[in-house]
Amino acid sequence: MNPRSITEQYASKHGKIYWLFHDSSVIAWRNLLRFKRNPEVLFFDVVQPIIFILLFAYVFGGAIDVGDSSYRSFLIPGIFVQTIAFAGASAAIGLNADMNSGIIDRFKSLPMNTTGVLLGQNLADLVRSVITLFIMSLTGLAIGWRISGGFTNAVFAYLLLLAFGFAMAWIGSTIGLSVSSPQVASTAGFAWLFPLTFLSNAFVPSETLPKWLRFFAEWNPITSIVAAERYLFGYPVQVAPDAPFSLQHPILTSVIWLVVITAIFMPMAGKKFRKATSR
Amino acid sequence: MSIAIQANNLVKKYGEVIALDGLSLEVEQGTVFGLLGPNGAGKTTTVRVLTTLLSPDSGSAIVDGVDVLKDPVHAREIMGLSGQNASVDENLTGIENLIMLGRLFRLPKKEAVIRANDLLERFNLNDAAKRIVKTYSGGMRRRLDLAASLIAKPNILFLDEPTTGLDPRSRLMMWDVIQNLVNEGTTVLLTTQYLEEADQLAKKIAVIDKGKVIAQGSADELKTQVGGERIEVVVSPSQTQAAAQALQSMSSGKVVVEGEHVQVPVSGGGVKVVEAVRALDIAKIEIKEIQLRRPTLDDVFLSLTGHHAEEIKAEEDLAPKKGRR
Repeated sequence: MNPRSITEQYASKHGKIYWLFHDSSVIAWRNLLRFKRNPEVLFFDVVQPIIFILLFAYVFGGAIDVGDSSYRSFLIPGIFVQTIAFAGASAAIGLNADMNSGIIDRFKSLPMNTTGVLLGQNLADLVRSVITLFIMSLTGLAIGWRISGGFTNAVFAYLLLLAFGFAMAWIGSTIGLSVSSPQVASTAGFAWLFPLTFLSNAFVPSETLPKWLRFFAEWNPITSIVAAERYLFGYPVQVAPDAPFSLQHPILTSVIWLVVITAIFMPMAGKKFRKATSR
Repeated sequence: MSIAIQANNLVKKYGEVIALDGLSLEVEQGTVFGLLGPNGAGKTTTVRVLTTLLSPDSGSAIVDGVDVLKDPVHAREIMGLSGQNASVDENLTGIENLIMLGRLFRLPKKEAVIRANDLLERFNLNDAAKRIVKTYSGGMRRRLDLAASLIAKPNILFLDEPTTGLDPRSRLMMWDVIQNLVNEGTTVLLTTQYLEEADQLAKKIAVIDKGKVIAQGSADELKTQVGGERIEVVVSPSQTQAAAQALQSMSSGKVVVEGEHVQVPVSGGGVKVVEAVRALDIAKIEIKEIQLRRPTLDDVFLSLTGHHAEEIKAEEDLAPKKGRR
């Protein structure tokens, strides 16, 4: 019997997992092409991180006392984490734009693995995060931040940041697929991140917060990740003996958080995606 | 002739609104099947079910031997879909779009590139291949979208309102393209609200209203079903009564005179025109104009549903919002 399409000849040549990665890489390539053509994205990825680092270092740097070390070394891991959180949440905007443009119908009508659409988008976002982290690190180094925890720890520090971005992207994806327009997606995608990142130890030591806020801050995933980053980059963190588990074991707590977030939001985004239709 | 697309008793409800109400259809292989109806009649819903984008509440659908509901992934491998809203990526160039979709259709990279170039050439888009789709005209976008649905050379093609919103020139071009595809053996199911389009392209037409097929057949059969074939003769005003008398005997109904127009209901088509000319010649009446008028598909729609196809556009807002979440 003649094949009914070219696809029918090729589809059976590889297994499901192969095609998932194949499809994800095609979508990631497509998303990176889109970013390249969008100057706003370049601004957010390249210019904004520089501005953030300089702003916090020079505006707040003199006003906030973090003990004996310089505020800049304290601050930079916090800014890394905040920036990556926002970068991850930006998946909301991209997916929502896709949903409203009709391309999602096209993807769903293809014999592709539709999980690849989400995975590809999030992989492309990770590539952006790598660029952003590189630029922020250079800016940090230029104003006196130093990596002093050793090479291996530094590698783990960056990997943890990327894993955090990946986990956040699934939350962003879920939000993006739940709201009606890209405008709402950008508001809903980012609004909750402001309290989350500021009510943490990213910019000030959590000990300075009032008691009830302090409890929230201590168990905030952002706090664990920032604490883990400080440790891995070699910033001398003093942990009080009565500090909660999340601060005693920031790396372990971070990994647990990332696994939990991904385990909840990855399937949720997938479910939303299967239900989503473009108009 | 074998059946390429078969839908049996499809039902889809959105709460109270019934989008598909037991819709069935059969499409012969290698033909164009026109799904004709106003907005909200269920055309797009039908296409969405047949292309695996939507699960019906009940019913079954077989496309080219593959059960769409039981084996949707296989079904997607063997069919092409070109939607109502051109769904290509606006931020990519024409060629990037086709390469991306080619790869997602499982083509190896080299073959995807070759296929993309072939299609761009075939659809007269090679000059715009490296331009971002945002800069394309509506007609170009539609052609790119159609090209995208042809990447895997599917035997079966679904076109959801392929010419809606196109200018007349682009529409003719699209008709040409569709005709060529069918000549090569592709089976096409197209939806349209343009009566003329179904008449022009489709071998068989199903008129649908409120999620149901209310009439089916060739354009000619549908017109015959409605009847109302008539000969219209224009003569000088002084001779209208004489002409009416001369033609009464061949008429299948009452001859009506309106100004200098004489309307003669007939059945039998072209032969009747010759008969009429003879009768008027014998009566020595000079014919200014004579033609056989057959009902348009709009007449068909009117007689089947009791309303004009166009009037229903106001009901568009009542159509079910397609579930976004």
